[in-house]
Amino acid sequence: MSKATDIIAPGSAATDTHDDHHDHIPKGITRWLFTTNHKDIGTLYLWFAFIMFLVGGAMAMVIRAELFQPGLQIVEPNFFNQMTTVHGLIMVFGAVMPAFTGLANWLIPMMIGAPDMALPRMNNWSFWILPGAFLILLSSLFMEGGGPAFGWTFYAPLSTTYSNDSTGLFVFSVHIMGISSIMGAINVIVTIFNMRAPGMTWMKMPLFVWTWLITAFLLIAVMPVLAGAVTMVLTDKFFGTSFFDAAGGGDPVMFQHIFWFFGHPEVYIMILPAFGIISQIVPTFSRKKLFGYASMVYATASIALLSFVVWAHHMFTTGMPVYMEMFFMFATMLISVPTGVKVFNWVATMWRGSLTFEIPMMFAIAFIVLFTIGGLSGLMLAITPVDFQYHDTYFVVAHFHYVLVTGAVFSIMAAVYYWLPKWTGKMYDTGLAKWHFWCSLISVNVLFFPMHFVGLAGMPRRIPDYALQFADFNKWISLGGFAFGLSQLIFLALLIKACKKQGEPVSNQVWEGAEGLEWEIPSPAPYHTFETPPTVK
Amino acid sequence: MTQANANNKMVVKLLIIVVGMFGFGFALVPLYDVFCDIAGINGKTENSAASYQSIEIDENRHVTVEFITRTNTGMPWEFRAETARVNVHPGELSTVNFYVRNPASTNIVAQAIPSVSPGTAALYLNKTECFCFNQQPLEAGAEAYMPMQFYVDPQLPEDITYFTLQYTLYDVTARAGDLKPKQNPFIVPQPETGK
Repeated sequence: MSKATDIIAPGSAATDTHDDHHDHIPKGITRWLFTTNHKDIGTLYLWFAFIMFLVGGAMAMVIRAELFQPGLQIVEPNFFNQMTTVHGLIMVFGAVMPAFTGLANWLIPMMIGAPDMALPRMNNWSFWILPGAFLILLSSLFMEGGGPAFGWTFYAPLSTTYSNDSTGLFVFSVHIMGISSIMGAINVIVTIFNMRAPGMTWMKMPLFVWTWLITAFLLIAVMPVLAGAVTMVLTDKFFGTSFFDAAGGGDPVMFQHIFWFFGHPEVYIMILPAFGIISQIVPTFSRKKLFGYASMVYATASIALLSFVVWAHHMFTTGMPVYMEMFFMFATMLISVPTGVKVFNWVATMWRGSLTFEIPMMFAIAFIVLFTIGGLSGLMLAITPVDFQYHDTYFVVAHFHYVLVTGAVFSIMAAVYYWLPKWTGKMYDTGLAKWHFWCSLISVNVLFFPMHFVGLAGMPRRIPDYALQFADFNKWISLGGFAFGLSQLIFLALLIKACKKQGEPVSNQVWEGAEGLEWEIPSPAPYHTFETPPTVK
Repeated sequence: MTQANANNKMVVKLLIIVVGMFGFGFALVPLYDVFCDIAGINGKTENSAASYQSIEIDENRHVTVEFITRTNTGMPWEFRAETARVNVHPGELSTVNFYVRNPASTNIVAQAIPSVSPGTAALYLNKTECFCFNQQPLEAGAEAYMPMQFYVDPQLPEDITYFTLQYTLYDVTARAGDLKPKQNPFIVPQPETGK
């Protein structure tokens, strides 16, 4: 990386174009198989995540088709359970997490002025083991007796005593996904610690970098615990141990404690990078500095720390003593304080700003409003006595889809619309993008908002049939679901057009109010950037 | 220090965290029991015999102990407590018999798992003898009366005057090894059927 001919004058990257001449981009399939370039790997991650988003979405379509009317008409209950399980696993581990890792790969080196990720070969591995993991998971659906049908949370004894042999494949694929995430997280941490450009002090780092750094620490702290949990399920099922089997001295409730010790930090793993993205986009289109930068950093760290002491709020109905329920209730409610700080900071950033509403900003504002709705329903679920009523109903489904679809997924879409011109050098089809935004926004609310009502009225989740009084709402929910699914095909069309490099060329800065190192390099971003670190003032 | 060295050092540190957290996941298993034990929240009773020596009987108080029995899914045994509830003084030794019958056509080994509600009472329930300490084999068609002898610790908090001890019977034949049904000391002799 330090060949004399490659050196460009520090700080001159913005105007420099002669560095294009050493962009020897390899050709063909081996470029992608053997690549150690952070931009290539970022692209691979993002396309993989998008394909998984469509696959997991197709499963959601099966679920909504079955629930379109009461009774059993399209799929067998066992297959329905496989769909809810694999939909959850794919969306969490195959869509949202790899999409964030893809964004981290593309953006973190460009944002901190590094030439690449710190560990490029490991980077290649951490991506290329992922498709294998999901092939294993998906192939288990075609085994005799079907794939995993115990919910993405794989509670024992459903996943031990009552599951079929495909559980082995499930465990193996989760192990590989976990290894991939851990390698990705280690790479992010080492990159941020060791490869920041001179002058890029901690408190000058863009918030996307900050939130990803904290996310990466969460990942290396809890993904190993998940690996431990699936290992215990594996040995309980196949090797005669009794971690979760009461008959052998184990405890099935302990499974839930171990799982949610991983599971709650995991939900923040899926939302903290989203906070970072929104914190990049809102200032750009408000043409103001982010309000309360330092408080954003501290709020992110507080959320991450609190996430380790709230796990049992998923288990209020397991028969905990009252004082423990009180502890987990108040600890959970405490999280709304740093989260509230973030929401108020975004609103304060927009306050009296010179707002324009380009596509990324539209998604960002939708995120702020709809994520807050999801946060508030989460606050309702945190209230222990109320949770006894809402537990395992569609209210919970509504809650986590508001935070994960209109939260995490919308933030990823916002990020793609924000940085895509930098990646391709061309402005995407904004007409299609507007169609995508409005169709998604309307349909996603038709899809998820009525779930609050059927949930409050007592409709249980993960059941292929329901009582007649829920029929009308479910019809609307399913129609919203189909519309949201189809809307994503607009996104697919837009992305294909963008990858064919159609559209108007964009400037280096792309967006008028954009600030940061990634907007100082040429558009499209050259294959190699910042081979000589820039100096950050 | 070169960049590569610094990176490697950091990777090693982070991998230590990863391995440590993997171990922590497994450490949660004993920690869970220890925590439940200290806080007295899981309703689990001691799995070994308590001694009954120099225990003072508190004649001024009564505690009602109720017995509930159930069998796990797929466990065919009949299982009931001979006495539904007993009223004892704290410190007083008491024995309750549990009746089991194996109506299946195969030999089955059972394991009873206790659970006390409210959970805090479990800390004060001391068993000097219990069928639940061991696996219990029964031949097809055999029946048995299995004793459980216990006393309630006089330290029992004043506000607990009533608690429930539940036994769930699990079929553990598959993991029981070669326990011989004849070894069961509690078995009721079967009348000769004149084969």
